[in-house]
Amino acid sequence: MNQIPEIPENKSKRDFLQWVLAGGVTAFLGAVLYPIFAYLNPPKQAEVEVSSVKAGKLSEMEKESGKIIKFGTKPVILIRTANDELRAFSATCTHLDCTVQFRKDFGMIWCACHNGKYDLNGRNISGPPPRPLDEFRVVIQGDEILISKKT
Amino acid sequence: MKTLLQRIYLWIDERVELQGLVEYMGKKYVPVHRHSIWYYFGGVSLFLFIIQVVTGILLLLYYKSGEELAFESINFIMSKVQFGWLIRSIHSWTANLFILSAMIHMFSVYFEKAYRKPREITWVTGMFMFFLALGFGFSGYLLPWNELAFFATKVGTDIAGVVPIIGRPLMIFLRGGDEVTGATLSRFFGFHVAVLPGLFTVFLSIHLLLVQRQGMSEPLDIKKETEQKTMPFFPNFILRDLTLWLLVLNLLAILAVFFPWELGKKAEAFASAPAGIKPEWYFLYMFQTLKYIPGKLWFLDGEILGVLLFGIAGFLWTMVPFWDRKSSRGEQNRFVNYIGLFIVIYIIIFTIIGWLA
Repeated sequence: MNQIPEIPENKSKRDFLQWVLAGGVTAFLGAVLYPIFAYLNPPKQAEVEVSSVKAGKLSEMEKESGKIIKFGTKPVILIRTANDELRAFSATCTHLDCTVQFRKDFGMIWCACHNGKYDLNGRNISGPPPRPLDEFRVVIQGDEILISKKT
Repeated sequence: MKTLLQRIYLWIDERVELQGLVEYMGKKYVPVHRHSIWYYFGGVSLFLFIIQVVTGILLLLYYKSGEELAFESINFIMSKVQFGWLIRSIHSWTANLFILSAMIHMFSVYFEKAYRKPREITWVTGMFMFFLALGFGFSGYLLPWNELAFFATKVGTDIAGVVPIIGRPLMIFLRGGDEVTGATLSRFFGFHVAVLPGLFTVFLSIHLLLVQRQGMSEPLDIKKETEQKTMPFFPNFILRDLTLWLLVLNLLAILAVFFPWELGKKAEAFASAPAGIKPEWYFLYMFQTLKYIPGKLWFLDGEILGVLLFGIAGFLWTMVPFWDRKSSRGEQNRFVNYIGLFIVIYIIIFTIIGWLA
């Protein structure tokens, strides 16, 4: 009978120890897991910010044709239209990251992955793409085609 | 005089008491009924997995990961290494047959309601293995670093990226950066040969242990019959299993020799996605569905909707033992059959459309 009054004391002591233990385990797990998760996250590579690239010679590009240009780490599509305009867009499909291509037979920009279509102004007109392609600026210097980011 | 084999057996028995295990195996019986054929697909899947482990280890001896090495090393395996073409072709074919066999196994278990109490854990571990198998397929597909694989991986990881909140970090984690590059290849290689096999082995052990412990499930309608025919697990069932394995091995040899697996063109980061690009057949129905979902639907992006729908469907499918309470009580549940039938028909139709497109 005289053991009963002791229970609350023991309980609070036990509670305290449980909290210490739980806190210790949590801190331990955090100390182990944090470096692992941080390790899994790839470091940011220092990228050279590209503002413009040379895209080849105008005389070497046929009318109604397109080609993919390396713009830093991203692909850009350069198109010479039937009425001799030069246009450039991001070549990354806004749907799921595939690289688009110029289709002479459609007169459109086409993505082979999920049949997405854009007109020659980069607007998404059919299929799953949710947004238009970003436009790039095209400048001709002599015979050289230069592509740069629109500001 | 005892033979050497008997002496070895006795030596082990004295230390680990093998006798009990042998007696247990001897008393195991497999039910015989008109649906018994479906019991064999689990075993066939196991056999195909073993082939994958063996051929995978063999490929590992010559394969080199890395943007500049991967394609060339597979080319080397296929053209220079003796029987390299055979090993690689078998590995690729087995990957496909394994998924097919696992699918047949999964659907047969589903329609027989063999997942019902007390086999919920067996079903769930089986489903985990199935998802891991899809992961094996997806990660292994990139390893040759060819054009098709490159874009399939771009699309696949981008789909992971549309999942709300966790999507973007998940995509970066999978790709090892913002883009699919050599870093992605290194990660996928690690997943394919270390992470996934490790996880798979854990689930496989639990799965097999439970099958041995609980024995074969019997279909609900068969259970009502009073007289039940059975067959000893050892040697009758095992021998039938082995015969089928031999047939499967022959089928594999025929496929690998007469329909060798292509290597394709090396991946080029700055090339357009080639026309006619397709994922492996077991992702085709999802791929085809994504083509039909419009870019914007109400306020949701099309692909988010697709990913959410397939995610929820996959989750409910895995959880079937817990929401189909009728089958656990031993009652017929036609609703479950209709859902299963709908999914089978959906997968078949969309796979065919995707194949023809």
